[in-house]
Amino acid sequence: MTTSSTHNQTSWAQRILDGDRRSLAQVISLLENQEQEGFNILKELYPHTGQAHIIGLTGPPGAGKSSLVDRMIQEIRTRGHKVAVVAVDPTSPFTGGAILGDRIRMQRWASDPGVYIRSMGTRGSLGGLAQAVYATVQLLDAAGYPYVLVETVGVGQSEVDIVQVADTVVVVSVPGLGDDVQVSKAGIMEIGDIFAVNKADLPGSQRVIIELESMLDLGSHGNWRPPVIPTVATTNQGVSQLVTAIQDHYAFLKENNLLMEKRLTRQKESVLQRLTERIRKDITELWTKEHGSQIWQDLAAKRIDPYTLEEQLYLNWKGGNTVDKKD
Amino acid sequence: MERPIRVLIAKPGLDGHDRGAKVLARAMRDAGMEVVYTGLRQTPQQIVEAAIQEDVDVIGLSCLSGAHNHLFPEVTRLLKEQNATDILVIGGGIIPEEDIPSLKAAGISEIFTPGTPTSVAIDYIKEHVTK
Amino acid sequence: MTADLKQLHAARDAWETGPVAKATARFPERKKEFVTLSGAPVKRLYTPLDIADLDYENDLGFPGEYPFTRGIQPTMYRGRLWTMRQYAGFGTAEESNKRYRYLLEQGQTGLSVAFDLPTQIGYDSDHPLARGEVGKVGVAIDSLADMETLFANIPLDKVSTSMTINAPAAVLLAMYIVLAEKQGVPSDKLAGTIQNDILKEYVARGTYIFPPKPSMRLITDIFAYCSAHVPKWNTISISGYHIREAGCTAVQEVAFTLADGIAYVEAAVKAGLDVDDFAPRLSFFFNAQMDLLEEVAKFRAARRLWARIMKDRFGAKNPRSLMLRFHTQTAGCALTAQQPDNNIIRVTLQALAAALGGTQSLHTNSRDEALSLPTQESVTIALRTQQIIAYESGVTSTIDPLAGSYVVESMTNQIEEAAVNYIKKIDELGGAVAAIEQGFIQREIQESAYAYQKAVESNYRIVVGVNKFQVEDEKLPELLKVKPEVEERQTAKLGELRQKRDNTKTQAALQQLRETAQTDANLMPAIIEAVRTYATLGEICDVLRQVFGEYEPSVIF
Repeated sequence: MTTSSTHNQTSWAQRILDGDRRSLAQVISLLENQEQEGFNILKELYPHTGQAHIIGLTGPPGAGKSSLVDRMIQEIRTRGHKVAVVAVDPTSPFTGGAILGDRIRMQRWASDPGVYIRSMGTRGSLGGLAQAVYATVQLLDAAGYPYVLVETVGVGQSEVDIVQVADTVVVVSVPGLGDDVQVSKAGIMEIGDIFAVNKADLPGSQRVIIELESMLDLGSHGNWRPPVIPTVATTNQGVSQLVTAIQDHYAFLKENNLLMEKRLTRQKESVLQRLTERIRKDITELWTKEHGSQIWQDLAAKRIDPYTLEEQLYLNWKGGNTVDKKD
Repeated sequence: MERPIRVLIAKPGLDGHDRGAKVLARAMRDAGMEVVYTGLRQTPQQIVEAAIQEDVDVIGLSCLSGAHNHLFPEVTRLLKEQNATDILVIGGGIIPEEDIPSLKAAGISEIFTPGTPTSVAIDYIKEHVTK
Repeated sequence: MTADLKQLHAARDAWETGPVAKATARFPERKKEFVTLSGAPVKRLYTPLDIADLDYENDLGFPGEYPFTRGIQPTMYRGRLWTMRQYAGFGTAEESNKRYRYLLEQGQTGLSVAFDLPTQIGYDSDHPLARGEVGKVGVAIDSLADMETLFANIPLDKVSTSMTINAPAAVLLAMYIVLAEKQGVPSDKLAGTIQNDILKEYVARGTYIFPPKPSMRLITDIFAYCSAHVPKWNTISISGYHIREAGCTAVQEVAFTLADGIAYVEAAVKAGLDVDDFAPRLSFFFNAQMDLLEEVAKFRAARRLWARIMKDRFGAKNPRSLMLRFHTQTAGCALTAQQPDNNIIRVTLQALAAALGGTQSLHTNSRDEALSLPTQESVTIALRTQQIIAYESGVTSTIDPLAGSYVVESMTNQIEEAAVNYIKKIDELGGAVAAIEQGFIQREIQESAYAYQKAVESNYRIVVGVNKFQVEDEKLPELLKVKPEVEERQTAKLGELRQKRDNTKTQAALQQLRETAQTDANLMPAIIEAVRTYATLGEICDVLRQVFGEYEPSVIF
């Protein structure tokens, strides 16, 4: 990366704290690429984190999430705050490439110094919504954005992963996209802190709202009953209510000491995931170094079965691993 | 992990012909790149701001309206202003041969005219992006 | 199957298994499968078996009669040739006016006005987004004053004027009406066309301003106003041209264009208009691509399908409501920047397809348009191409000369059938507007465009001079340049106008427009009044932007 050219006396961390958006962008790339340098900078900035309200948006493709985010930016800016957005789009599993198109909807904010928008591909990382997003969110938090919106692809695993990142999860539904399926889809009802029914001017929206309300009535929610908010992103209808509900939820979390609890769970999960990933890498390196492709050939030729191979590799790794040496 | 090349594809100006830009965006995706697509009617300032926030390696500009002589150099000028000349800028569209030298002098690395296979543009990027 | 056909069937099978099998065993065919430009399979041979179900009177009929497959007039080109209408306009109104007067002196009766992009998107020449675009792809029009210059010494009762204008079509039409009034020409004498087709802007051309709902209202307001006051005006030119340019197939061009047409008719009927009051003024605009047979079939299929839709779906009674009248332009995307003179031959074939397909008017592209705006010399060659087809080729002596060709009739049937299926699908999605909002049409176009590009890059498709028969070190042709001073001059003129006009009147008219926009009343009278006070195009569109909002495109990949 070409960061050295702009690297003078001031440190990366300091430049980010000073509001240098180019540095911020470049460090996000480091984190996204899982480069240690990025995490070193994040370590330095860690004391500055914990200030931002992290809001996740998820929902099916075509629900108008990006338009809704665009309107939320407008609302948050009107209320006088800076805001950052991380928009996640799926990476093609075949080519590793991605078209990141969510930004189009928000591009009118490109020149607003109070708005920072970053597009990310899922890059096929384990667990859908990447650890990179979590790290990026923390960086944006440290960089002084009091609101960080994370928009995720509404397919497969990633809807649930948003919980690992966000303080408040907004599930976006929309009429006319096979409502029954999307609303009752396993896991979705459980993760939403707020339900937005977008395109509420379309026929069928009332049905979606009623369905959501009745399913929420069936579930148990502790002291926070998720509200259902009709929105029309194209006309800005309901957006102010949505942002207010998001703020209410944050206040609720704080008042009930739930925020710290939530964040701690998340941090633990992050430590575990990073650790797992590191060990996985270690193991992969180890066996490549020690066995080359021989083990796969053995496996293919049925000279060994996969279960024995796994056991052998584990013991092999464990034997050579310093942390576990006392075992 | 090998990091994908990040490209921003933008249509500066008011021209609405985005067939080429979209076809190229898809071809780039299929070549393993991450393509940030910013859509129509972008000002040079919006393009440069987006490129910086997205930390892209390349900006691809497409213009078929004849306004390239104004719009393309404006993009490179703003990049200079932001100390971001390391971002590679390439352009495409209906661009007369005689305009190309002045565009290159203004910092556009390469111009691809109609009929250029997408693979040529992709190979060019792969060769010229320094990671 | 009749006994004759059974016998033919057996004979054809014998031919396939006999001579054909023998020949292909020794000399395999050039390709495993042959397809049209659109990718539809093409058979080795077409016979009466392929059109066994064709019912002459129901499916073809006679020229000038339902379902108009063979043409919309009883005598077609034997009576009158198609209108040769070359789209032109550049720089300032003065320069374009000179070009138009030259063309009129040469005997041309139809003008076709190209506007620059700021005009097409409703921005004045001094708008920040207009920088670098003023006068580039057409003439810059900011106010009635520019229209006065553009048509100076051109009597509006003597010409027909086609204006390629969509989102702000109502404003440009209003300017034309007021200008005519100043010339002493009543509006019922005016003849011409506005493109006024917003739906294809959303999917393919990109010069949209407002969201679909108010845009459809503007369009139906124009329908209503013109049927009462400007009866000879073609109120819309429903365009497949740009959709095809964006990369779709022939079938998709027919399907998406007619689906758009259906949406306009439905909107107008919903607004309370009688279908036979406005449908005769609907016109269409298609592309003429490289695949000659497929294109001829496409034009014929479109004509037949539209007649059936208007009759069966909308119950139109006036025969003129059932006629698909269309303008054709040769395919810009088929032009190559390499060896540009080859484009003359491409345009010839495309123009021939349009003539064989029964077009009402035709624009032939110039050889250098993949490089820049055409030079005078290139435009002349393009016009001569049409004239040679019209006067020398012989294809204009008889009507619909390819009718009855087994392959052409078979392709006509197939295109119609596939288009019907697409329209059914679009209906299921809630019509063309909904299909566009959901990105269905855009996605379909993009898939086709990408498939085509891959076919060219893999050399599956040959484009002469591009992926085969290339030459190194081509000699470059002389190109047309638009002077950059145009922008400064136009901006200065606009500044003067804002000083000189009676701004109290202008503001009052704009306020009246705003109030009208907030009701359901027809917008045309208020726009006409605003134009009369020299309110600018940008000012008028800004008022409407404030009331209507702006369109946000769907992002589709």
